[in-house]
Amino acid sequence: MPKTFNEQAQLDNLDKDERIDVRKILEGLEDYHPGKHPWHWREGRTEKRVIGDFEYHETSEPLKQSVPLPGSRGFGYIDPQPDCVITTEIASGRFEDDIRRMRMSAWNGADHIMVIRTAGQSHIDSLIEGTTQGIGGIAVTRKQCRATRRALDLIEEEVGRPLNFHSYVSGIAGPDIAVMFVEEGISGVHQDPQYNVLYRNINGLRSFVDACESKSIIAYGEMLQIDGAHNANATAMEAWKVYPELMVQHALNCAFSVGCGIKPENIALSTVPPTAPPAPCMRLDLPYAVALRDLFRNFKMRAQQNTKFMESEAREATVTHTLDIVISRLTSADIQSTITPDEGRNVPWHYNNIAAINTARQSLNGLDGIREMVKLDRDGPLGDQVREFKERAILFMEEMLEIGGYFEAVEQGFFIDNGLYPERKGDGLVREKNGGIGAGTVVARAEDYFAPVSVHYGYNKIPEKFNSASEAIGGDSFEDPSKIIFIDELDPEDNVETRIQEKSHYYDNPNLVRPEVEWLGDGVVVLTLMLPCDKRRAEFASLEIGKRLGLKDCTVIHSQVLHPSEGTQIEMKGSVDFDIDLSQLDIPEEIPVLSEKEIRDYIHARPITVVAATVGEDEHSVGLKEILDIKHGGVEGFGIHYHYLGTSVPVDKLVDAAIETNADAILQSTIISHDDVHIKNMRKLHDICLERGVRDKLILICGGTQVTNEMALEAGCDAGFGRGSHGIDVASFIVKTLKAQEEADD
Amino acid sequence: MARKDDYLERRQHLAKMNDEELYQHFWDLANQLVAPMLEAGKHYTTPSIERSVLLRMGFSSLEAKPIVNGLIERQLLGHGAGNCVYLLAEKTGLSIREAGLALVEGKYWDQVPGLFKKGEENHA
Repeated sequence: MPKTFNEQAQLDNLDKDERIDVRKILEGLEDYHPGKHPWHWREGRTEKRVIGDFEYHETSEPLKQSVPLPGSRGFGYIDPQPDCVITTEIASGRFEDDIRRMRMSAWNGADHIMVIRTAGQSHIDSLIEGTTQGIGGIAVTRKQCRATRRALDLIEEEVGRPLNFHSYVSGIAGPDIAVMFVEEGISGVHQDPQYNVLYRNINGLRSFVDACESKSIIAYGEMLQIDGAHNANATAMEAWKVYPELMVQHALNCAFSVGCGIKPENIALSTVPPTAPPAPCMRLDLPYAVALRDLFRNFKMRAQQNTKFMESEAREATVTHTLDIVISRLTSADIQSTITPDEGRNVPWHYNNIAAINTARQSLNGLDGIREMVKLDRDGPLGDQVREFKERAILFMEEMLEIGGYFEAVEQGFFIDNGLYPERKGDGLVREKNGGIGAGTVVARAEDYFAPVSVHYGYNKIPEKFNSASEAIGGDSFEDPSKIIFIDELDPEDNVETRIQEKSHYYDNPNLVRPEVEWLGDGVVVLTLMLPCDKRRAEFASLEIGKRLGLKDCTVIHSQVLHPSEGTQIEMKGSVDFDIDLSQLDIPEEIPVLSEKEIRDYIHARPITVVAATVGEDEHSVGLKEILDIKHGGVEGFGIHYHYLGTSVPVDKLVDAAIETNADAILQSTIISHDDVHIKNMRKLHDICLERGVRDKLILICGGTQVTNEMALEAGCDAGFGRGSHGIDVASFIVKTLKAQEEADD
Repeated sequence: MARKDDYLERRQHLAKMNDEELYQHFWDLANQLVAPMLEAGKHYTTPSIERSVLLRMGFSSLEAKPIVNGLIERQLLGHGAGNCVYLLAEKTGLSIREAGLALVEGKYWDQVPGLFKKGEENHA
């Protein structure tokens, strides 16, 4: 097996316990040639598979390493990988920080990593180079693509599943970008000339002629192509009326792409359920989803989530997005795209990419196999509506042809009109046929036109002495990657090396940390508050609170009226300007916990009994019950038999009960800590057990919000469990102690 | 232009079609609409297409741009930027890369018009 470039460069495989070092990724980058990375669908999608205690019907091969969903704790930390590809969109503007987010995303189950382009790149009539910082995305350049692809090559090795890297072949430099993408290992692209025309005001003919070449290159690269129709949904004021137009846009890009040589299975529709609650969105959007899947049965579905009706509340966005996934599962989705729940307030933050991926993963897991039990009823309003949508789309195209074709229709404002076609509001986007950026730049190919390259669309007069066009130059860069010219940086200030230099203390010392949401050490923190007043004053009060807490640049990012005068919920961001040195923290040693199975197996063979109470003059019961009750994940769930004596129990009564029931352990809870009464009661427990001669026979465990393990040990008990402890921690400790005693007795 | 929803009148000719006929009709219309653009793509070229050819011939984006711009200025882009570099290399005995770089440096442009077959450049 030939060594990969990363192996040759001795770029070690990633260690999960270390952050990725972007400086190493950049070393020797000029000689790294990723080459073609065809699109990858997940493996084993049609197989049923048993994962943990369950059989799944819509999953794919598991990952080698991952972070399972939080709820998996109750199911043995299983992490079923849904059958569809999951997309995450990253747009921080600094690719070196995006790479770390991509790694987190891959570990949470994303395998389609999309980078958004910096604002304005569509209108630059050339490739751009270097690693300048972007706005709302990165400048998509050869260096950024190559470095990111190189990192993704390492990350896909780490998680055990190929990662599809995705960006945009749009704007006025489409063919240039398409070439660079093949050379630099991009697997998925947005390409839709209609997007250029409608949203970027690029000349129509230029867009379509460019697209012929771009799409031929995309076909050669075996990339997956996604269209731009979803933008109509985001742009139209009344998004629930654009269904016919959306179908037309999908159809035009699909038909055009097939004509350029892309296989239908590599063409995906970017489709979004157009509405969201409180509209009755499922009833409106489901017929549209069904109609699309009927008409576009030979193509792939990239199910995107709604952005049009997102406000600043992450919870609301998550519910909308979950309903969107219900539509995906009731119909079909080859790719489930995700929108971060914070997109209504800012460009996505690290953890919101993960939140969005997990909304998809969680919903898809939960809906696994649902179509075996729930069928869509097409003999009613659904079928009627599906038919109506198809007919409206057909009428749209018939009228386009009647008036002279696509360009004439655009000129007459057919698109992004808020009427439900054939209704028209007359407010559509108008683009002149001969106008727009790049108008007048399209020229006819002369009789001797020749392009000496291996992939080309249209007329090409290859000299007769050659068998193929690229033979004239001894092979092009697709055939011989050594011909690719790598440009490093053009801007001496605005580049990744400068940015790394500015933050070298974090790169050199990984123990130095500062909170971040986008960029290494950006310092941003979020404070959630409830203030008992109206919204406007709550917002200003929050800013004052932030100031007094020492936060810089405070901004309210979400405020929500709970009642006009009783309360307002605020989320506010601010930043801190200090670092924490992890090596200087006094962190108690973590006590490893046995697995649930190990605990259960032990208790099955050797039953365990405990007595428990809240002692002293203390009426708190909630915490101890959570440690005990099966429904809260307490010790009972592992088979431990418990006697609960209640609250305000004298310590000696608790010890008596333990002796009477021949218990193995005492669980003593104290919440009140005034005058160190909790410590005094711990000491008392130890002393009474000594007096009664049972100290050796009983495991003494203390708990409470102010209790620490160190404190309990000092008071003569065996363990202390503080805030955040769970039944499994206590059960694990008891089992380990008993095992240790048995070993000592042997 | 504003218009009321006249869907029920307009759809009359579609009413008798079954789903499969509707499907065929839908795709016939889509294919008819894109046919002129697919045809245009065969017979026209653009600065971006020509730069993409040069990139694949082993030139950087910084080198591709002045070659293409030089051809636009002389109204010769329709012969192909890659063709220009190829023919110049053939004529001068330079390598492809040397010929292209010479053009980037502003050399040999006087010889460029003579490389091609005569013909009027037609803008779309």
